[in-house]
Amino acid sequence: MSALSITNVTKSFGDNHILKGISLEAEAGEFIALVGPSGCGKSTLLRIVAGLEGADSGEIVAGGRDLTRLVAAERNVAMVFQSYALYPHLTAGQNIAVPLAMRNLTSLQRLPMIGSMLPGQKAIRKDILRQVTDMARSLKIDHLLDRKPGQMSGGQRQRVALARAMVRQPGLFLMDEPLSNLDANLRVHARGEIVDLHRRAGVPTLYVTHDQAEALSMADRVAVMMSGSLLQLAAPEVIYDDPAHIEVAKFVGQPRINTIASRVDADGAVTLGTWRLQPHERLVPGTDITVAIRSEFLSIADMGTPGLPAHIERLEFLGSEVIVYTKLDAIGESMVVKLAPSDARGLVAGKPVTIVPQGERLMVFGADGARLRADLTFTTLLERAHG
Amino acid sequence: MTQTFNLGRAIRLTLLSLGALIFLAPYIFMISTAGKAQSEIFTSSLSLIPTQFFYLENFAKAFGRVSMGQLLWNGVVVCGLIFVFQVVIAIPCAYAMAKLKFGAARLLMALVMLGLLVPIHATSLPLYVAFDSAALLNSYTALVAPFSISVFAIFLFLQFFRAMPDDLIHAARLDGMSELGIVMRVIVPNAWPAITAFAIFSVVAHWNDLYWPLIVVSNQAYATPPLGLLFFRAAEAGDDYGALMAATLIITLPLVAAFLLAQKRFVEGITMTGLKG
Repeated sequence: MSALSITNVTKSFGDNHILKGISLEAEAGEFIALVGPSGCGKSTLLRIVAGLEGADSGEIVAGGRDLTRLVAAERNVAMVFQSYALYPHLTAGQNIAVPLAMRNLTSLQRLPMIGSMLPGQKAIRKDILRQVTDMARSLKIDHLLDRKPGQMSGGQRQRVALARAMVRQPGLFLMDEPLSNLDANLRVHARGEIVDLHRRAGVPTLYVTHDQAEALSMADRVAVMMSGSLLQLAAPEVIYDDPAHIEVAKFVGQPRINTIASRVDADGAVTLGTWRLQPHERLVPGTDITVAIRSEFLSIADMGTPGLPAHIERLEFLGSEVIVYTKLDAIGESMVVKLAPSDARGLVAGKPVTIVPQGERLMVFGADGARLRADLTFTTLLERAHG
Repeated sequence: MTQTFNLGRAIRLTLLSLGALIFLAPYIFMISTAGKAQSEIFTSSLSLIPTQFFYLENFAKAFGRVSMGQLLWNGVVVCGLIFVFQVVIAIPCAYAMAKLKFGAARLLMALVMLGLLVPIHATSLPLYVAFDSAALLNSYTALVAPFSISVFAIFLFLQFFRAMPDDLIHAARLDGMSELGIVMRVIVPNAWPAITAFAIFSVVAHWNDLYWPLIVVSNQAYATPPLGLLFFRAAEAGDDYGALMAATLIITLPLVAAFLLAQKRFVEGITMTGLKG
């Protein structure tokens, strides 16, 4: 049985369908990143799982418990917010202690004056303090416990928010873009820390982000969402190398994947510039397709080599690699090529060249955006188009 | 450049000082009169500084003829009760309207706006009749009850709570707080600027209010400070303006002191609400 299963969750505000039937399963201890452009519904899904918003239909089961009709407090779910949402009037230590105090102390024991006179309360408070200190030590924020959120830096606040979420050992861990308010250096560092924390806690985690690099680098599996639908849920390598939908292919990877709109010829072949590509599996003649290939699977050869004639528009030197922006002569489409600096020697803007794709890396998507599996064998067979 | 700036500044300061002087003049005159003997008040010459200081005598008269302690105590009780009820009722109400989703939210908002438009004078007659038939005239209840629900407070807190981040409330819910717990533990501790601002408006308004106490109170024992003064003038002082001014000085003193102590907050409060007293 999976640790978390979301079944067919829908949500709409009026005519605006935010979630169009999302289903998703997470294994015990799994880290799943929900990624997509803003407005795709990923945050809404997270809030529905947390119980902060109600779903119109669908079911959420975690750890064998049906959460669908439980209020947020009863779900044993912890969440880290983009804004951290620390209580501004409490110190870091008090912030971290809140979920424990709410769970372990009765409402009578929490009362300011009377509570401190009740029996048993002292031992519980002591235990809470110990847990808070342990948690703070493991996140290296024990020196900040007496500070208020206003006196801390973004990175420190983010750690306090993490500590507050983790301290009560929740059944499910939700994070809503927890790194997006940090500066770039800190963000990369914090990625590793969160993954590390997650591994130690072993709690299934849903992590919402709009940053595809963050999703790919952190998650066990990545769920790509677009306009209310889950397009693909798979391991990062699969999402990158074998996207199920053109939008997934476009969203993931930097620079963006190259796409060329085309149509299947009468004989089932595909014409691309001066090249005719023969798919092994038959495509229906006359259908509109999109051919896509990632920039690292293109190379640049001298003009006259068999391939796609193009002109170089500009070059970007990034140290370990060079990004070459080109325009295809035949159809005017832009193509981005990623090269090792040694391969880019002698290339200048305006130079006519030939782009040579690795045939087995070409992917074909249908008019509806879904992947056409024909491309798996798309072809190693490249032949020159007549003329 | 600097010169025109300085000139503008000088003009501004002059105008402000003039305005301040005009507004302060009656108060200064009151302080002056409170220290004058009966004979000096009625002389044709006008001096700001009393020729003979009669402060002690006038204050003694004020304290002797009116139960000043009772008046001030009534003022404190009435203003305190009104303020406590207003806050206790308005905060949960404003929280619900600002942060919870429910069907009647728009209707409630419309009612609050409507409530803001209706002055006490419009409802005072039916209220008077109601208190009369309930035999509640001449009581703290009659002085406090009509003001216990303040739509102005609801409106002010509503604006303030709307600006509080939703995530804070979401976090509180996930941490296991009930809605009441959220109000007590998250909203109130972070709403002190709004509460202080409202406290100033509420206390000033009700401390100075003469209209409503005049309607429902005829017994000296329940008189608020301004009403007590009125009784004093009508019954005891007659034309003894020195004593009257001394009494007035005493009842305005708490507010003046409070203002001087909380001056910064007062200004904050006015700028925060965007409203003027």
